[in-house]
Amino acid sequence: MSEITINIDGKDVQTKEGEYLLNAARANDIFIPAICYLTRCSPTLACRICLVEANGKQVYACNAKAKEGMQVVTSTESIEKERRIIMEVYDVNHPLQCGVCDQSGECELQNYTLEMGVDSQHYSIKDVDRSSHDWGHLHYDPGLCIVCERCVTACKDMIGDNSLKTIPRGSDPINADYKENMPKDAYAMWNKLNKSVIGLTNGTDVLDCTSCGECAAVCPVGALVDTQFMYKANAWELKQVPATCGHCSAGCQITYDLKHTSIDNPEDKIYRVMNEWNYVSLCGAGRYGFDYQNAGVTKDETAFANAIEAFKKADTIAFTSTITNEEAYLLQKMKEKFGYRLVNNEAKAFQDFLNNYAQISGHKLYKGDLEKVHTTNFIVSVGSALKTDNPNARYALNNSLTVKKGAGIYFHPVKDPIIEGIGKSIMTVAHAPLQEEVALYLLLDLFGDKSKLPSDIVAYLASFHSQKTVTVEEVVKEKVVELVKETKVNEETGIEEEIEVEKTKMVSKKVSKEVEVDENRLLEILGLDDTFMQALEKNLKKKETFALMVGPDLYMHPNAKNLARLVALLEKYSAFEVTMIPTLTNSLGVALICDLDDEKGSYTVSYNTEGDFVLSGLGDGDLDMPAINQQEGTLTSVNKRVNPTNAAIGYGGYELNDIAKALGFEAENIIDYTVKLPVAAGFKTEEFDNLPNHYENDGTEVRGYVLENVAVTPSGDESVDRFSEDKLEGCIIYLANPVRQFTEFTYKTTNLDEVSGIYMSEEYLSKTDYNEGDTVTVKTKKGELTAKVVCDNKIAGDIVVLPTFDKKLNSEALFDGYRFSTASIQKG
Amino acid sequence: MKMEQFNDRNVADNGYFLVDIEDYPTDGWGKFKRVVKRTFRAELFVGLWVVLREMIKFDIHTVQYPEEKLPIGPRYRAVHEMKRLWESDAERCIGCGLCEKICISDCIRMDTKIDENSRKEVTEYTINLGRCIFCGYCAEVCPELAITHGGEYEQASEQREHFVDYAYMLTPLDKMKAGTQMEFEGFGAITPHEDERVKKTPLAY
Repeated sequence: MSEITINIDGKDVQTKEGEYLLNAARANDIFIPAICYLTRCSPTLACRICLVEANGKQVYACNAKAKEGMQVVTSTESIEKERRIIMEVYDVNHPLQCGVCDQSGECELQNYTLEMGVDSQHYSIKDVDRSSHDWGHLHYDPGLCIVCERCVTACKDMIGDNSLKTIPRGSDPINADYKENMPKDAYAMWNKLNKSVIGLTNGTDVLDCTSCGECAAVCPVGALVDTQFMYKANAWELKQVPATCGHCSAGCQITYDLKHTSIDNPEDKIYRVMNEWNYVSLCGAGRYGFDYQNAGVTKDETAFANAIEAFKKADTIAFTSTITNEEAYLLQKMKEKFGYRLVNNEAKAFQDFLNNYAQISGHKLYKGDLEKVHTTNFIVSVGSALKTDNPNARYALNNSLTVKKGAGIYFHPVKDPIIEGIGKSIMTVAHAPLQEEVALYLLLDLFGDKSKLPSDIVAYLASFHSQKTVTVEEVVKEKVVELVKETKVNEETGIEEEIEVEKTKMVSKKVSKEVEVDENRLLEILGLDDTFMQALEKNLKKKETFALMVGPDLYMHPNAKNLARLVALLEKYSAFEVTMIPTLTNSLGVALICDLDDEKGSYTVSYNTEGDFVLSGLGDGDLDMPAINQQEGTLTSVNKRVNPTNAAIGYGGYELNDIAKALGFEAENIIDYTVKLPVAAGFKTEEFDNLPNHYENDGTEVRGYVLENVAVTPSGDESVDRFSEDKLEGCIIYLANPVRQFTEFTYKTTNLDEVSGIYMSEEYLSKTDYNEGDTVTVKTKKGELTAKVVCDNKIAGDIVVLPTFDKKLNSEALFDGYRFSTASIQKG
Repeated sequence: MKMEQFNDRNVADNGYFLVDIEDYPTDGWGKFKRVVKRTFRAELFVGLWVVLREMIKFDIHTVQYPEEKLPIGPRYRAVHEMKRLWESDAERCIGCGLCEKICISDCIRMDTKIDENSRKEVTEYTINLGRCIFCGYCAEVCPELAITHGGEYEQASEQREHFVDYAYMLTPLDKMKAGTQMEFEGFGAITPHEDERVKKTPLAY
């Protein structure tokens, strides 16, 4: 796409060839009204008020593409008339209940009705019964709905659940007189509007989706609202605090919307979480899991004194990656000063993986990020349960596949109906656990540049190929001439006669052919057949950009080192840009800042995890700490971005910096450390207060800063081990959370009501004699646990999933590092 | 979005400053000196003289409050009232929050929730009369003619904060049954000939 200049309302505007006029205008602060268009999604053409005149012709700005030298006028007399009548039609039968509507004050129908100066109504139609629906966590009121289909578009093009669709409204046809008197577009809009309302694709009245709530966020009116927010606060009362979501490594930009709790309690409370939905999409945990603050904490001086004692006594600090960069830096400084061991297994595995990757790639960090994945058209994911490890990675995959005509391969042992539901262009490979190595070798084989790859790897890959003769049945079309008898009226005599007519016909014929084909044993090892290659060939057509997402399964893999090197080779010798999904919120930050150790010492102070003296943001430890929504600081996201977050809710207790101060560190606030974050690891010397946190009109992310991808001297050794033939078989358990849960913090929130237990797919339950609610015991070499069976229809296949968000379950104890394990399951 | 507000971490200093006032005497000698000073400056007699002078004239125009009270005009803006619907005796307030928003002395607060019939319900509503300046904006903005001003102006209290709540302001049901609820005629009320000024919306029924 080349840079071009177009002219909008007399202003020369730089844009890319093929960019939608609406986006070009918005990027240059030119206002074109539009309701149904969502940036990053495909144009819906429902509202039609984005009408503009391009080169003298009326077009819709949301789907007309920019061409060099285009002359665009955003407003003419006829366009103004269309727009006004469109808004008038939207107001037909719209209930005048702005007083109680939750959208009032931020309603696009209110705004555009005023903008277009609608002060009288000329149209009418008999209304139909449009009573409201309670869809679970969402409330839909078709009476308020203007059927812009933004919810449907977001669900399909961004989230990938495809849970919403338009259903018939059952209304009378529009009065025929209007057709003649109304402007064309206004009539067409009304005609469409009058035929539909929004319904659920599953045909029931209960939502069964990944419950992200994005549809309610994008709704321009009050038709779709979050049930938990309904009638609690008005838009104008809420104070926005820009922040970064602290639940996973995506680091989405959010705002916490605050108001006083009640008349009796003036303390701020978070009422909802909002996002810039044109540029970032949240998951259910980000949107509804906001009240995880450590509330009601006061300064407990004895506990604090005990904490100082514990720090003096301790030789180890254990922690999880749900901390800010500044806290991680402080822990590292404590290590340097007092010689503590820093233990964080999950971040350590990621750190080792990055270091091993750097040995071959020559730079500390991976090249890609999720923003790039959005615009890539061939995406491969290996070793990550995408929808739960990082929902944004799944959105990026879905967005590319549905909007950018992309395709992809999803390698994962746990079958995922959500990923499969994206469409035909996603190929899912449910290989056996431990075969991630084979998957990477297969990618090297399929996409690696054999002329540049080290020769021993090329030879190794070639050893899996053999030629084989197969008989292929082909369908050939042949021309056949037939004589057909027809009765025809003789024009001269007027009598019916039978005549023979020659007719040519195309007939398909099956022909057997012997063909030499290449057989790839790697496919066989992964349990794939020839159809995979045929599908891949089809899916690879017209693909120019390639992205590879790798996840936590690889970092904790017994052969993680080899996997890291394979990933580096793939990035170096193929078109793939790699994105590594960090395990937890700030695993990347911790991996870059802290010098981590493997083994705990004799006395451990722990932060949000288990130890001899526990500091806890959950409120269940020996000394309370603030949760992420009560802290200032920065978080490093999967996009290699250092994002600032602000404190939304007050906190009355001690924080890590208070302990540091008592131990002789001098910084007044924890954010004084932002500027000191290690430059050698790619951080910048930026003061926290100078870090911005917003999006520009053209979608540019102006948040914090992007990490420098520091160059590392490669070792020069590019050898990799051959893959081991090991694979796990039999009854397998996997360590992953259900949708909307990440950690104990999400479990603590009131709106996320996922039940903890042992997750089994519907398929598995029907095959075995377990039922939902049964108490079962899972036993592995490392230990055992007993819990109730929960039926999870967001997974398929035979692998049983154990969550990490419930500390009481302590399911990590069953695993030996790697996220999969064989196990035996018994009732009772 | 401007981030300055979040960067100000100085919570102690809110622009308050100490006023330079001479301290009250604490010891006996100081108090005695104050009494003497006040007594012999004869300020008291100035006031007493005025009273005496007026008393001798026997020409009193003042209303004998509290025995005697002047009638209050219908548009007078005293303590707020919450009206009920004539048809159903139900509360008129829909909880839209416009009064809360428009209040220039920020003295109105309400809590709302969704009730069992999926309607918005006002659970608590207070006006801090200590802050209220009785400007009448709340009554004017109310789309339902629910909050109005009444004639009750006697609101002396011991504290500066002085709240009235929803139950206090709401027209009592017995008054409603008796049909004695008064409509407010001030700003925000329906004016005569309102029907003629409204643009009619076509209806397809």
